[in-house]
Amino acid sequence: MVTLTALEAELLEVAGAVPDPELPVLTLHELGVLRAVHVRAEDSVEVELTPTYTGCPAIEAMSLDIERALHKHGIRQVSVRTVLSPAWSTDDISAEGRRKLREFGIAPPRARDACEPLLIELGPTRTTDPVRCPHCGSADTELLSRFSSTACKALRRCLSCREPFDHFKEL
Amino acid sequence: MTVAVATTAALALGDDALVLSHRLGEWAGHAPVLEEEVALANIALDLLGQARVLLSMAGDEDELAYLREERAFRNLQLVEQPNGDFAHTVVRQLYFSTYQHLLHARLATGDGPFAPLAAKAVKEVAYHRDHAEQWTLRLGDGTDASHERMQRACEALWRFTGEMFRPVEGLDVDARALETVWLESVTGVLSRATLTVPEGPRSGAWTAGAGRQGVHTEPFGRMLAEMQHLHRSHPGASW
Ligand SMILES: [Zn+2]
Repeated sequence: MVTLTALEAELLEVAGAVPDPELPVLTLHELGVLRAVHVRAEDSVEVELTPTYTGCPAIEAMSLDIERALHKHGIRQVSVRTVLSPAWSTDDISAEGRRKLREFGIAPPRARDACEPLLIELGPTRTTDPVRCPHCGSADTELLSRFSSTACKALRRCLSCREPFDHFKEL
Repeated sequence: MTVAVATTAALALGDDALVLSHRLGEWAGHAPVLEEEVALANIALDLLGQARVLLSMAGDEDELAYLREERAFRNLQLVEQPNGDFAHTVVRQLYFSTYQHLLHARLATGDGPFAPLAAKAVKEVAYHRDHAEQWTLRLGDGTDASHERMQRACEALWRFTGEMFRPVEGLDVDARALETVWLESVTGVLSRATLTVPEGPRSGAWTAGAGRQGVHTEPFGRMLAEMQHLHRSHPGASW
């Protein structure tokens, strides 16, 4: 465990409160993409950010938003560094983040050990833990498309209440 | 591992991802259904993200993507093949994403220079592979027309698949073992899709393994011209 100074903990909180540009109901902290804040000098800070998907276009907007938030907090020099390792996974989304997703109408990703690894059993659904409808909670849902409005979501439909919904895919 | 060796491999994998990403992007506005349009664009975006990381390991990503001549590209000939009909694109995805998934799964273990990227890419590509396999099943075991188109695409692209298993300098993987697993998997999917595994040779005498050496097929030049045109006409242009 790395020990944070009081200032680093404070700045981590400031940067972590920045909303995700694509899913503004979540903060970067809840999404789990903020890895570290290092204070390099009195008013110079380095932030480590990890992308959800390698090609996630939101990463640049996130970096700018973090810079802005920390500038506003009185830090003059902010550099945001993208780190790939360890790879982000949907398990990094906090419990609070999952609750907010559901409230927003997006089925949260299941814990990755609760659903079998995706690959590569052909055939209908192969998960033990069903994706539940975020509107009515029914487990009776079907996949419409593996890719939805963004790479991180799949499009499903609830067979009980008939509503279509996005599912944050396990990664 | 020397820097130069890692550069050779980074260019090979980066160019595969970049070129296929561009090809898939060409489907925008042309895909058979809206969902598919979105799916192909998402896959293209994943590949573009991987390409940016890989090309940045080898140099300046923009210079490498926009200012190299055809002969300097190190991608497989498979990924530069034109989209053709939808069956063609599905088969190209099946052949390539199976390879890419198996490759990144190997690169992700261990502590080579590609491990951090591979650990991310392997999870993304798992969805690409699943997407290609589902479509292969649906179209191969679909109507007579879809079956026939799929079979034609399987045959047409088959001769480009041998190149994937030629050793690449700086890639610490057993190409033979990779090929065995790939063949097993693709054979399994094609059989379940009621398609016949092509019998022809997996590389032609005149094309054998040539993409990695910078020899490309004719359509690639036209693709590059389109991809590089804007950047070359307006150097340094930005959004
Ligand atoms: Zn419902």
